[in-house]
Amino acid sequence: MELAPYLILGCIEGLVTAAVLALMAVGLSLVFGVMRVVNVAHGEFFMLGAVLAWFVADQLGGHPAIAFLAALIIAPLLVGTLAMLADMTILKRISYDPERTIVATIGLLYIIQQLTLMTYGSNARPVEPPFNQRIAIPWFEWTDGGLSLYWPWGLGTTSYKLAVIGFAIILLLGIWVLMTRTRIGLIMRATQLDRDVAQAYGINVDRVYAMVFGLGAGLAALAAVLIVPIQQAHYLMGHDPLLLSFIVVIIGGLGSLVGTVIAAVMIGLSDGLISVFFTPTLAKIIATLMVTFVLIFRPSGLMGSK
Amino acid sequence: MTNQPKKILTPRRQVIKGIAAGAALGATSIPLWGRYAQSQSSEPIKIGFQVHRTGIGAAYGRWYDRTTMAAVAKINSEGGINGRQVEIVSEDDGTDPKRGAEVVEKFATQHNTDLAFGTLFSHVVYGSAPRAGELKIPYFVVSEGHHVASGALNRYTMQPGITDVKSQVQAMAPYVASTLGKKVTMIYPDFAFGHDHRDYFSAAIEREGGTVVEKIAIPPTETSFTKYFPKIPRDTEVIYHVMVGPAVLTFVKEMGEFFGSSRPEIFGFIDSLEAVDLSSPGLEFLEGTYFWEGNPRYAQANQSEYDKAYRAAVGVDNNGASVSDSKDVATYAHMFGCWETLHIVKAGMEASGYRGTGDRAKLIEAVEAMTDMPHSHAHPQGAKRFNGKTHQVFGHQYITRVSNGRLELAHTTSIEDTLYPDETDYTTQSF
Repeated sequence: MELAPYLILGCIEGLVTAAVLALMAVGLSLVFGVMRVVNVAHGEFFMLGAVLAWFVADQLGGHPAIAFLAALIIAPLLVGTLAMLADMTILKRISYDPERTIVATIGLLYIIQQLTLMTYGSNARPVEPPFNQRIAIPWFEWTDGGLSLYWPWGLGTTSYKLAVIGFAIILLLGIWVLMTRTRIGLIMRATQLDRDVAQAYGINVDRVYAMVFGLGAGLAALAAVLIVPIQQAHYLMGHDPLLLSFIVVIIGGLGSLVGTVIAAVMIGLSDGLISVFFTPTLAKIIATLMVTFVLIFRPSGLMGSK
Repeated sequence: MTNQPKKILTPRRQVIKGIAAGAALGATSIPLWGRYAQSQSSEPIKIGFQVHRTGIGAAYGRWYDRTTMAAVAKINSEGGINGRQVEIVSEDDGTDPKRGAEVVEKFATQHNTDLAFGTLFSHVVYGSAPRAGELKIPYFVVSEGHHVASGALNRYTMQPGITDVKSQVQAMAPYVASTLGKKVTMIYPDFAFGHDHRDYFSAAIEREGGTVVEKIAIPPTETSFTKYFPKIPRDTEVIYHVMVGPAVLTFVKEMGEFFGSSRPEIFGFIDSLEAVDLSSPGLEFLEGTYFWEGNPRYAQANQSEYDKAYRAAVGVDNNGASVSDSKDVATYAHMFGCWETLHIVKAGMEASGYRGTGDRAKLIEAVEAMTDMPHSHAHPQGAKRFNGKTHQVFGHQYITRVSNGRLELAHTTSIEDTLYPDETDYTTQSF
């Protein structure tokens, strides 16, 4: 195994993981930052996004690109609406009490998971990617004639994986602009800083909370729609991304968007590289160790305040 | 003295009510008693079906369920077992070993079934079999694992309806070495079933003069696989893959994306694609690769009348998919085991004159006494040879090759190819 080509492969795999993780963790972080709600059902919103993407693509048929595009719009909207309803009917009723919201979202987790099992079933179903060309990655070597390119065996990726990375970057920039450059972002940040003062200034905090919860769930669903052509929609798929999102959010600092993205890239890349060169189990061990050290030495996370 | 006046003084209305109530009770209870009046043996035979309805084995569970129901319908329509109807009591084990043991316990103590049956995933078998032994309930697994024949389990656990991994891989090794190549990289799931593949195939291919150049173990819950493939050494001639779980399609697809157009020879166990449509996008690279199949998914040119009848009974079309939904692909290479096991239970109960749970030991002895089972409606996959000492059955194995998107039969092994020396003798254990 040559080192350099596989370093690239590890990086690409890691970045795909990081892209999906960042979107999902930003959603989790946003909900926690603004609402102080630890959303344990976040992974199920992710799963629901993937399952709905399959459903939309399956109902529409036609060219995979059109079906996928429709899923990319419809699935996050539906999941976001569902989350807003959950916020208004459940979380608001228990006054966003920290302990009770955890229990409530655990309940939500099981309800969503079991309803999916009862309707969608236990199958893993694929969604066809809109485009998917294999791209062989060339590498260079020193030969007698000087520098020359060659294509190492197995060193390749697909155009869709690169597109996932690109699309996630655009989305994350969009969220950053939304939070820092728009009036809605200002309102959200104001609510985050001080709920009571924001309310005194005439901000409808209930509506902001519902919107943030919907946005957070929508981001998880969006991440799932992006990954579902690579993996498949399955009713248990929300579990691992939820744990990784919590790891990312803790390392990055709860409520900090920039920290979350940095942590997602760190976890994603270390997962990709360590998996390629050692074992995926070691990658998980190291990610968990990182959480431990962050909690010991920098309890507020890399970019967390206080 | 004080009682008698009371009786006399009982108001008439109350007496009439009592008579009415008694009559009503009698009216409902007499038919209940009458139902099994001739003898206790008219009660249905209850078979506890431990089914992977949820968890990573769910696709197998769905088809094991359909096959089991079809087999029971056939047995019942032919008069049942010893004149008694068969009733299936299903319990989901979530493909979870801990839950598996609880399910076996539920069968033995709560449902009071005559036996437990139907487990596939080897870690669930490992988790459940000791409890079956303690509760002294016959436990008929349909699992492929070598754990039964290895002697690791107990006298109550038997595998008469499906062959084990050790005999399967041993029969594959000569074909792989002679037609595909001698330097093999193995990719397998990281639990008991995958370890059986690793250990027995490595040994078998070395006997053929080949070597396993790399062993890549993947956790069965993994969802992304590209990161494992760089470990495949460049001098690999044959990839040997076997994978399970909901992400098998991703596994095979990413393997295709990894290799592109310059793939080595590929030999897979169909487990990697059980319940997956071969025409799924991204699987085109499999054209020309080989698969082990316990029972060929696509109806072959030389299809037997038994396979034809079995296929129709379970509701599977000639492409191995459900007759009602062509996208719902069967776990055809494994599920025949449920059908055959239930027919063996029937044969065993009839041979032993089984009457109830008190005869459980007699049932096990009757099955242990079985040897050759001919290719028939009871054994549609092919002829079998049962080893009563190791509680394991042996049979033909099929190698198919992907050609024009169909799995076409390339080679059938003999039963002798799959035999190996006994590693245990369960008949020496007491009941």
